[in-house]
Amino acid sequence: MTMTDYRIHPENGLEIGIYTLGDRMPDPNTGQMPSERERIDHLIEMATTAEAVGLDYFALGESHQEFFVSQAHAVILGAIARATEKIKIGSGVTVVSTSDPVRIFENFATLDLLSNGRAELTGGRASRVGLFKLLGYDLADYEELFEEKFDLLLQLARQDKVTWSGKFRAPLEDATVYPRPLNGTMPIWRGVGGPAQSAIKAGMAGVPMQVAMLAGPVSRFKQTIDVYRESLQRHGFNPADFPVTTGGLFYSAADMPSALRAYYPYLNEGMKKANGYGFNKRLFAMQRDPQEVMLIGDPEQIIEKLLYQYEEFGMQRYIAHIDFGGLPHHEVLKQIEILGTKVLPTVKKYTQTYPGGQVK
Amino acid sequence: MNIVLVAGAITGSKTATVLTALQKELQIQAPAAKVTLLDLRQLQLVFSDGRDFREYEGDTRYVAETIMQADALVFGSPVYQAGISGALKNVLDLLPARALADKVATAVITAGSPRHFLVADYQLKPILNFMKAVLLPSTLYVEEKDLAGDQIVTDEITSRIKRLAQDLLLTTKTYQAQLAALEADLF
Repeated sequence: MTMTDYRIHPENGLEIGIYTLGDRMPDPNTGQMPSERERIDHLIEMATTAEAVGLDYFALGESHQEFFVSQAHAVILGAIARATEKIKIGSGVTVVSTSDPVRIFENFATLDLLSNGRAELTGGRASRVGLFKLLGYDLADYEELFEEKFDLLLQLARQDKVTWSGKFRAPLEDATVYPRPLNGTMPIWRGVGGPAQSAIKAGMAGVPMQVAMLAGPVSRFKQTIDVYRESLQRHGFNPADFPVTTGGLFYSAADMPSALRAYYPYLNEGMKKANGYGFNKRLFAMQRDPQEVMLIGDPEQIIEKLLYQYEEFGMQRYIAHIDFGGLPHHEVLKQIEILGTKVLPTVKKYTQTYPGGQVK
Repeated sequence: MNIVLVAGAITGSKTATVLTALQKELQIQAPAAKVTLLDLRQLQLVFSDGRDFREYEGDTRYVAETIMQADALVFGSPVYQAGISGALKNVLDLLPARALADKVATAVITAGSPRHFLVADYQLKPILNFMKAVLLPSTLYVEEKDLAGDQIVTDEITSRIKRLAQDLLLTTKTYQAQLAALEADLF
């Protein structure tokens, strides 16, 4: 597998996309909250808007807790597949630990057909563990469940016939899982949160990595990416064959103080609902620093930050987390438009390669 | 102001006795404050397994959430094997690493003898410090001889409880006021 097999073409510049966790929360300023039906419509419109402004990728995560509508994320992605034509779509992340890998693969191979070969899958372990009880799994198996199931998922994607046995599912003997993705295979990424251990395992298995970055200095996340590439090398893979995606919060306004003031209530209240405690205001204020990962500020400042991250990480795709914490839908669409029309053209200009090596 | 006291023993009465007296004193000095005593003798907790604190159930979740909502905390423990109780350490293990950031905290240690006087400073405070608590310089050490049943019988301890309550309220009020001023001016 090379970059091209993951449908990534670095010569065209950094890929830019968006991702959403599918949260449905009240707007902290007005108390208003869309119905579940409305919120799902919003998610679909985010994808169509992302496509309209020229973004490369749209991803939807899976969450099973209160304040989320993305439990059946593959179903929503199916609707998005049919509402869009060009944009690549995927999950960010699919919780592999608590599903049958065969069913996951069936869903996403079908999604690849529905989307005419635009579907990707990113597998993760879940940052919240309420779903283990809901779906009948033992939390004690947290690590083992993921590693075993993710391994099977990779085999299903890479081989037509799979013979496999493990602890958490019935064995497979010379089994073919149908349908097959449009071109026989599809990109499967590993989602990595904090722990370096997870990045090391992504490198061990030779899978591309998606890193979620909430807040903190660029140098800290660079360590995770460096560790991943070292792990690839150590296990006989060429790091140049494996794309890296970074994901993080994005909010743009006319100037930095306005951006910080307008965005803080959404992030703070959203974190309270998702994680149980708010976002430290002093830590948040530090995000104005160009060396902090959060993309906040005016469009020029955001471009500077993203290009700095590109220099440090050398990633192939950046995905913006825009709609968290009850940000009103019209504002989400405005942010997507800013990302596509103001940020993307400049970032592409400076990150693509030109024949003869000349930057226009 | 939301003050939470944790009596970190599942048996015996010394730690709960001292914290009950401290609770009363805090309520006298700060009538508007909400002062909650979490007495581990009356709560059924499971061992920490590293999950998000909101995903525990029953009393375990109640204890974790109550601590997370506090502005100021007093952690009380008996001395077992020259250290704090396992029950109290388990409570701390339920919480996120930075759980005590922007919260004022101190320690109350009860013991059978004066030999373990430094458990608060050498053992409990470093843990609270790691969890980013704003630590009071003063702590309270209460011995067997200071108590009779559920009564405090030495004047020294009674006056030190008053003083500790004053210190806790002073530091919490000061910290909260200055933090609010800083945060209002951040952006």
